[in-house]
Amino acid sequence: MSKAIKKPEQPKIYKVKQIIQEAQGFKTFRFQGKMELEAGQFIMFWIPGLDMKPFSVSSSDGEYFEITAMKIGDFTQAMFNLKVGDQVGIQGPYGRGFQISEKNNIVIMGGGCGIAPINLLVERAQAKNKNITFIGGCRNQAVFLKREKIAKLIKNCYFTTDDGSFGEKGFTTEILEKLIKKGQKIDQILACGPEIMLYKCAKIAVKNNIACQVSLERMMKCAIGICGQCVLDGSGIRVCKDGPVLSAEKALTSPEFGSYKRDERGRIVKA
Amino acid sequence: MSKQKIDSRVNFLGVEFPNPIVLSSGILGMTATSMEKVITSGAGGVTTKSTNISGRDGNPCPKVITYEAGMLNCYGLTNAGFLNEKNEIKELKQRRPENPVIISIFGFSLEEFEQIAKKLDQTQADLVEVNISCPNVKEETPKPFACLTGMPRQVVKLVKKNTKKPIIVKLSPNVTDIVAIAKEVEDAGADAISAINTLGPGMVINIEAKRPVLSVGSGGISGPAIRPLAVRMIYDVYQAVKIPLVGIGGVTTGRDALEMIMAGAELVGVGSGVYYQGIDIFAKINQEIRKWMQKNQVKSIAELVGAAHR
Repeated sequence: MSKAIKKPEQPKIYKVKQIIQEAQGFKTFRFQGKMELEAGQFIMFWIPGLDMKPFSVSSSDGEYFEITAMKIGDFTQAMFNLKVGDQVGIQGPYGRGFQISEKNNIVIMGGGCGIAPINLLVERAQAKNKNITFIGGCRNQAVFLKREKIAKLIKNCYFTTDDGSFGEKGFTTEILEKLIKKGQKIDQILACGPEIMLYKCAKIAVKNNIACQVSLERMMKCAIGICGQCVLDGSGIRVCKDGPVLSAEKALTSPEFGSYKRDERGRIVKA
Repeated sequence: MSKQKIDSRVNFLGVEFPNPIVLSSGILGMTATSMEKVITSGAGGVTTKSTNISGRDGNPCPKVITYEAGMLNCYGLTNAGFLNEKNEIKELKQRRPENPVIISIFGFSLEEFEQIAKKLDQTQADLVEVNISCPNVKEETPKPFACLTGMPRQVVKLVKKNTKKPIIVKLSPNVTDIVAIAKEVEDAGADAISAINTLGPGMVINIEAKRPVLSVGSGGISGPAIRPLAVRMIYDVYQAVKIPLVGIGGVTTGRDALEMIMAGAELVGVGSGVYYQGIDIFAKINQEIRKWMQKNQVKSIAELVGAAHR
């Protein structure tokens, strides 16, 4: 009969090696250590005595790894107060990340703070010599994460902002539709960003019969698939375990995708 | 050996479960879809996450950690409140009418238990589990009610008075004599007993951070580490009471479930096991039980209940 032995799930302690000021409202925390993961997988970030929250990894080269955070609440405020040398706990990685296609022509899309994991995905897709088109979108130029770095790495870059302060005024999905209309060959679309962007992306991809993966965000507590906090209505997919990266088809099987999610207590709130 | 017909059904308090494996409270029990997924994965029935009238945020993270022998959690009874729970159960019963649903309730005072008990008959739940044994909310109750003599009796009487639904009382292992509490709740009118809730609470300290990992310091212990204790407690309680039992604690395989049934449980709860065996654990356990029954020429679960006492 089946056996029950697993390695303990507990945070490992790291010292903050370096803190990098990114676009307005973002900081990157650099740690020394080997973090083996797929782009899009996540870790749990523990500030002892405060709380633990899920974050994506924005860079990982085998010797160092980075976590890029946007200041949105008490926890990220505490992260922003961290200094080089401070100890934090990191647990994971968890979940399923992006599976880069064997085919060549990849469109990578990032919106807002979703550009953090997309940065690692770009690193990984580049290492596989893929023909990458990047479409990035943010509210405005000041908060545009990693734009210079990505522009340097990728030749085919499109940028959009809500106010037109950088790149085109408009949305990433509009660029995607234009590229498809123009007849650009796209084998796969990989996206992380606001849910409305992911929803539109998934719809466009399915309509045009293009393989697509999107990275969903839901409130998570256990990260190991047991508490039920992040379960998607309809499909029963556990975002922490079966996701966070899902195929467009899978994501679209849930009526809550693009529409609503659940809060701390499990009450329905707007996505 | 010729294939014989095996009956895995369990009639528990007049409610028919297609098989003896039920989802325990606290795991994957927040929404209708989540519980439906557990049923699709093989569970005979499900227990909701414990709910009170108004809902509750629960504790910060880390709320769950594992160690080499089990798991600790300090969720702190997070829930969206009674109304939400009622709707989720309604939705679930629409989709899976053949699988019993047990609504788990809690309160921090007798008044709170009375308030929620009065509303139970509005739900489509088949059974009620009265959680008087959560060890993770020490700020509200100095001790869970299940650990205070006299309190279990009062809670049971109050809930029984206010609902027509059969009630299962969930007991704590963190007492000197669980048999005495079991007899007390039986005497007060409980229809069944489920045991055990999590053990402890226990603590794991991160030696680099030099502090406990769980946000509130300690948490209830579950998983394989507590199974022998749970089996012994079901064994002892079975000898002392006549009402049926739900055996819970560290069950991850068919063998473990059979052990619990032989100790005296009619239904077997599975919770932390989802972490160890994946969500298919419910189907796996049932398969293993059926295989064992086939091999040992046992026709029904009922034949095995309490077998270790004979």
